[in-house]
Amino acid sequence: MKCQHCEKPATFHITELTDEVPEELHLCEEHARTYLMQADVTEDDVPSIAGALAQHLKINEAAEQLAKLDEQACPLCGITFYEFRHVGRLGCPHDYICFEDEIDPIISNIHSATTHVGKKPRGAAEGTDKRTELIRLRREIEQAIQVEDYEKASLLRDQIAGIEEEHSG
Amino acid sequence: MFLDELVGKGGEWLKGTGPESDIVISSRIRLARNLCEFPFVRKCSDTDKSAIESRVAELINQDSKWSDPVSYCRIDEMNDLDRQFLVERQLISRELAESNGARSVLIDSDEKFSVMINEEDHLRIQAVQSGLDLTETWHRINAIDDFVDSCLHYAFHPRFGYLTACPTNVGTGMRVSVMLHLPALVMTRELEKVFRSLQKINLAVRGLYGEGSEAMGDFYQISNQITLGKSEIELVQQVNEVIPVMIEYERKARDFLLRESRDELSDRVSRAHGILQNAKTISSEETMHLLSSIRLGVNLGLIEVDLPMLNRLFLQTQPAHLQKMVGGKLDIADRNVHRASYLKKSFNIDDN
Repeated sequence: MKCQHCEKPATFHITELTDEVPEELHLCEEHARTYLMQADVTEDDVPSIAGALAQHLKINEAAEQLAKLDEQACPLCGITFYEFRHVGRLGCPHDYICFEDEIDPIISNIHSATTHVGKKPRGAAEGTDKRTELIRLRREIEQAIQVEDYEKASLLRDQIAGIEEEHSG
Repeated sequence: MFLDELVGKGGEWLKGTGPESDIVISSRIRLARNLCEFPFVRKCSDTDKSAIESRVAELINQDSKWSDPVSYCRIDEMNDLDRQFLVERQLISRELAESNGARSVLIDSDEKFSVMINEEDHLRIQAVQSGLDLTETWHRINAIDDFVDSCLHYAFHPRFGYLTACPTNVGTGMRVSVMLHLPALVMTRELEKVFRSLQKINLAVRGLYGEGSEAMGDFYQISNQITLGKSEIELVQQVNEVIPVMIEYERKARDFLLRESRDELSDRVSRAHGILQNAKTISSEETMHLLSSIRLGVNLGLIEVDLPMLNRLFLQTQPAHLQKMVGGKLDIADRNVHRASYLKKSFNIDDN
């Protein structure tokens, strides 16, 4: 995602909690710094060194938060947020759910909308959670076979067959 | 083999029939779909890819559902030439041709639709129609999508819609595009201006072979940029509304050229014809460029050449098509010689 004020990538995602609705901002490091400094000015009227230092600390915290977020992984397909940010492609359907808070502003930025209004597949109301779980089970079975844990692999196979049968057709 | 039957044919999208076919080449819609129980293709294991591939392959056996006979081709079991051949016919993408693992394409005998399996998304369903008829194209692809949906479980989110590997395709997963032949706008250098105004209303412009490709032969594709927040019908309308405007611009530019520089235009068309009839060696780019001038000349009544043949030549003079016709691999120099002799033959038959 691009910074709201320039072409650089937005690495700072700031949510301003105002009295009405929270306002989301997506900024590059430079504009984030300027923004936070300005916010400080309007509060105190006079920019203080202490204030600037405090804001600098906030930026470091934000960087830390991003580093933490980058490590988060999808429990089903295993993709990390870092990998998604760098490749620009998601790992599995469940990523839209487990990274929902982060993906939402990205989607809104691309499409200027966040809600689908078109065609729906059959059974859209039932949800696909159970079948999506198959992604995790298949990954686990491959891992079990790799470490020659055939007992676990056999249990997983039964589980997979169970889900496939239950929702077939 | 199925591919060999296609070599001599022109392909649905270059047939040059249908409404406004002097400017509008074809209407195309594609839907990106994924199965909910597998990771997206980039994160698939080889086993996953094979499982997806065989699941979709099963659909082909339910042939009562297909209006036309369908053929199924394993891209991973094909040689480079055949892959390139399918790319040139716009039945598969360059990405599908060049990626790894189990992947395939399902094509109907008229080449009016194709389904790519294990491209960026598990399924990329595409429907094409000669000329301008997006509504009919939508009805056809919608029916194919309904059929696939009745057999497999699509990944869908109540708020985000159809889930895709790239967030730019999420929602409807739909790309609506119309291919136009715009030689007069290119000659009058007005194209840039027109394209900038299209971008402002969220429409994208691409060359003949999609993203990053050059606008060979003055062919351009206009498509929707956004896939979420608008219904399929609205997306069709959005593209549909702008096409008459584009046609109008191109017609005005053609009228202007005829009025202001008829002799130069006529000279250009005749020279193009002369080169294609007499060259001893010619590149694919130069051929496309000259064919484009002749196509404009035919549509303006400056020269008489059989239009269906001309449309076919745009495809058959491309590298893989040429090699398939000769029946083997040729290096660039040999291709250029073969291309020249094929063009000479085609134009001279037409003259008699």
